[in-house]
Amino acid sequence: MNNGMLMLEQVTVQAGHFVLSPFSLEIGEGECVALMGPSGCGKTTLLETVCGLRDGPVGGRIVLGGLEVTNLPPGARGIGLVPQDVALFPSLTVREQIEFGPKLHGWKPKEIKERVESLAGDLGLEGLLGRSPKGLSGGEARRVALGRALALRPQLLCLDEALSGLDEARHDEVLGVIRKMIEREGVTALHVTHSKKEAEVIADRVVVMG
Amino acid sequence: MEEGITSDQKIWRVRPEWPFLLFLIFVVAAYLGLLLLMVGANALTVSWSQASDILRDADIQHSIILTFVTCTATAILSVLVSVPVGYLLSRYQFRGRALVDTLLDIPILLPPLIVGLSLLILFNRISPSACCGMLAGGALIAAIWGVARKGEGIVIRFLVGSAVLFGLLSLVFSGSERSLEDIVSEVGFPMTFHPLGVVLAQFPVAAAFAVRTMRTTFDQISPRYEEVAMTLGCNRGQAFMRVVLPLAGKGIVAAGTMAWARALGEFGPILIFAGATRGRTEVLATSVFLEINIGNLPGAAALSLLMILLAVSTLLIVRYLAGKGGVV
Repeated sequence: MNNGMLMLEQVTVQAGHFVLSPFSLEIGEGECVALMGPSGCGKTTLLETVCGLRDGPVGGRIVLGGLEVTNLPPGARGIGLVPQDVALFPSLTVREQIEFGPKLHGWKPKEIKERVESLAGDLGLEGLLGRSPKGLSGGEARRVALGRALALRPQLLCLDEALSGLDEARHDEVLGVIRKMIEREGVTALHVTHSKKEAEVIADRVVVMG
Repeated sequence: MEEGITSDQKIWRVRPEWPFLLFLIFVVAAYLGLLLLMVGANALTVSWSQASDILRDADIQHSIILTFVTCTATAILSVLVSVPVGYLLSRYQFRGRALVDTLLDIPILLPPLIVGLSLLILFNRISPSACCGMLAGGALIAAIWGVARKGEGIVIRFLVGSAVLFGLLSLVFSGSERSLEDIVSEVGFPMTFHPLGVVLAQFPVAAAFAVRTMRTTFDQISPRYEEVAMTLGCNRGQAFMRVVLPLAGKGIVAAGTMAWARALGEFGPILIFAGATRGRTEVLATSVFLEINIGNLPGAAALSLLMILLAVSTLLIVRYLAGKGGVV
């Protein structure tokens, strides 16, 4: 561990009037870090900056897998994102959600089929592949979003309060699935959360911001 | 006495709500009554035989067909313009956005006659050289303003490039006595007092309404979808085509329907720019005007009823789409 899969070096972000003061963090390969802190401290802003969804940071640099990605577009970074509101594409079926990334990257149909079936098996989505997102429960939607984010075998999985809004039973179930998938895929993960319990279950290390 | 209620608790006094309700009902009934009376007045002015006679008239049939064709062409053009413009205004924050937003609303605010008059002057009194010169000047001013306000480099480069291009075109056309109408006629698209001009006269206002509809549509689609698509390898264009556009389908139909309905009601610009020549540039709105001019009130009323029917049908389609979860 600690090969520095993700390195944030004095990253400074400005979003309107909000300024995230220089922030540094190193996450080892295969490590899962929970990012905690009070509301408004900039957790989501930092996560979105890592994903490339905001204008580049005003200072510092982001290195992922030994490559500086500070100013790379989101799709070139090798990051899978599970956002807070899940954001499953309403016009696509569950299978199409998971296939979305691999198809875009020109994977062969056989590879795509194998990957989708493997993820569907691991995530318990076998019976849901033909369904539209409309008919899914909160827990099922999270598992689909996780499958979509992992389909391309990203270097880094970003989870932005991905379990908020779930009842306790579903919350624990999906938390277990996320933990299992992180281990099975060997992916490095950055998990933004408000919940200590979540952080304890899922993370190897907790970083508190603010 | 029920459990939990003690003897010293009193019911608060509230004034009755029926006067307010009565006021609301009165205003709604008065307004709807006026609208219904207007439709009823048309219906009472015309008999079935008169309506049937006017609808069998060859010029009126041509007018109905031209109305359908021009309204549909205007609606398609409006959608083609309003989708990218609505998306830009919904998703991008840039300097001068408020100015662009205001400029796009100008066709809605302008008196319709001015839209027609402006088109007439543009196509017949202004030389292509002056047109290009004005565009070059506009682009140059915008570029200078962009530099002063530290705007996006790519936008400034685009504006400077446009200014240079139009400046060169202005030089190429300089000395030519021809009007813009002469040039478009030479390439096979005559506009002034021509059926194609009807579409151009309908377009500015129809497109402005379509832009508003599309902007609202895109505002209601979470940008998170595009963000997720972009982390999966899409650029913004791909995210738009693969994720946003399928979600905007109902909004696009609503924008097209709205533009169609606006084009149907357009009169002033058509009269000024395309004219009201029977069997040539006459559309339903101008037919009503021509029938009134020749003193055929029942004919005008029959055509009015046809237009009301078309407008109500269009409105019902928009409402249906909105009710089905589309965004209008």
